[in-house]
Amino acid sequence: MKSKHLKNFYIFLVLLFLFLPIFILVVYSFNSSRLNVTFENFTFDWYLSLMDNVSLLEAFKNTLLIAFVSTTVSVIIGTMGAIAMHRYQFKTKKALDTLLYIPIVIPEIVLGISLLSIFTLTNIELSLITITLAHITFCVPFVVLCVRSTLSSYDDQIELAAMDLGANKFKTLFYITIPSLLPGIASGALLAFSLSLDDVIISYFTAGPGSNTLPLKIFSMIKMGITPEVNALTTIILLFTIIALSLFIIIQIKKNKKG
Amino acid sequence: MSKKLPLLIMILPIAFFMVFLVALPCIYVVIISFMEKGIYGGIEYIFTLENYKLILEPLYLKIFANSFFIALVTTIICLLISYPFACFISQKNKTVQTILITLVILPFLTNSLIRIHGLIILLRDGGIINNFLLNINLIDEPIKFMYNQTGTIIGMVYTLLPFMILPLYSNISKLDANLNDAAKDLGANKFKTFLHVTLPQTKYAILAGSIMVFVPTLSYFFVSDLLGGGKTMMIGNVIKNQFLVARNWPFGAALAISIVLFTLIVVIVYRKMGGKMEQLGGVSYEK
Repeated sequence: MKSKHLKNFYIFLVLLFLFLPIFILVVYSFNSSRLNVTFENFTFDWYLSLMDNVSLLEAFKNTLLIAFVSTTVSVIIGTMGAIAMHRYQFKTKKALDTLLYIPIVIPEIVLGISLLSIFTLTNIELSLITITLAHITFCVPFVVLCVRSTLSSYDDQIELAAMDLGANKFKTLFYITIPSLLPGIASGALLAFSLSLDDVIISYFTAGPGSNTLPLKIFSMIKMGITPEVNALTTIILLFTIIALSLFIIIQIKKNKKG
Repeated sequence: MSKKLPLLIMILPIAFFMVFLVALPCIYVVIISFMEKGIYGGIEYIFTLENYKLILEPLYLKIFANSFFIALVTTIICLLISYPFACFISQKNKTVQTILITLVILPFLTNSLIRIHGLIILLRDGGIINNFLLNINLIDEPIKFMYNQTGTIIGMVYTLLPFMILPLYSNISKLDANLNDAAKDLGANKFKTFLHVTLPQTKYAILAGSIMVFVPTLSYFFVSDLLGGGKTMMIGNVIKNQFLVARNWPFGAALAISIVLFTLIVVIVYRKMGGKMEQLGGVSYEK
């Protein structure tokens, strides 16, 4: 019995380590003092002034936009690629497979400078578009891996059955293949979305002078002086994240109970 | 033709990204690393080995050694924290497991720089931890958690810990508890059971997690920038400076290629030992 409490305490400590820095930001978002040192009075002021902080809000909007676009694109092309690589044999399959592992394995900074170099060489101006292209590049391989893990236990026979029953190729794809791969596609999407939101390094190298995203904004703010409005924004982001993840947990738990 | 058309439609987009935004850029960086730098920061297309010779200067060798040291310490600390954690949560029921592992993923969805900002508020001289320790008179002056090697290591462990927890958990949660009982029945004590039964079964997860922590540590320049305070120069910082400040791209490229070579060797060894590539993507935890 005693060892069970110790184990629970250990789990608590590790989660505390992961969450304390985030929790502090949430607490300080309600602090009337600017300095993030002592807690003075409770206030909503930072949430109000956040609404006027145009550049911070724009950075957040850009970050979300990049995450949505790169997740959508990488889920679509990653799923198609995974299905094609599962179903067809072609000469360059092995090469493509190897290429897919490069963004996963090499240090992020190397992908960052490679993309910066190639954009410079081809005179493509750095902007939000180059960041999005870069994000798609490192998200796609993870989507492929996720979809593939579902494909490995997927029974091709049901497609034949659907076609025997008169469904054409597109109907089979939309009514049979994609729904059965949905768990893999969903976890690929979640992974791609979080990778994109979390990324600092690749955005840092592929951002143009005018492209303002949240990590870049905060990076310069930490060096020059950060305002508590960032804490307020973090709290709002966290709130949405927790709601989304709670839904995810509920779905998972229901699935666990079924299976 | 009609048979090839769907294949082409499905494969072309992904092939486009992998060829034009992965393969060609990487090849281009290899080429740059053998070129001379221009006077005003451009690239002169004249072959040279100077960039690689420069890496062998004591100054840069020291930075390499230091980076590997920090990466190694970070990896070991992450492993020591994560292994028991993964074991303990695997013993919970399925619902609690799902909740706990989602909690581990949750920090990923806030940007890592935001989390580093929170960490700085906790750790700095006038920060919460030091204030607390000063107030209870445990210390007389603030402990220097930041702007040194310790700060860099704390920051790296904090940022990269989930990358160790996830592969370990996915492996440990699927282990067959009967094997442990069998070992116990055959007279092995807890320690022996762990050493001869559990540990060998989790070998690949340990290796995969270690690679997923070690390799990023080399390149997470923002952590050493903000928490190491420029005192701990890591390879990532040097590469960043060569590309964005000193504008010596060829040398930066040579440094990048050298850490890629190191990474490749590690991955090849991992595969030779029987490790699976998809585990490096942290994906195998999805069921």
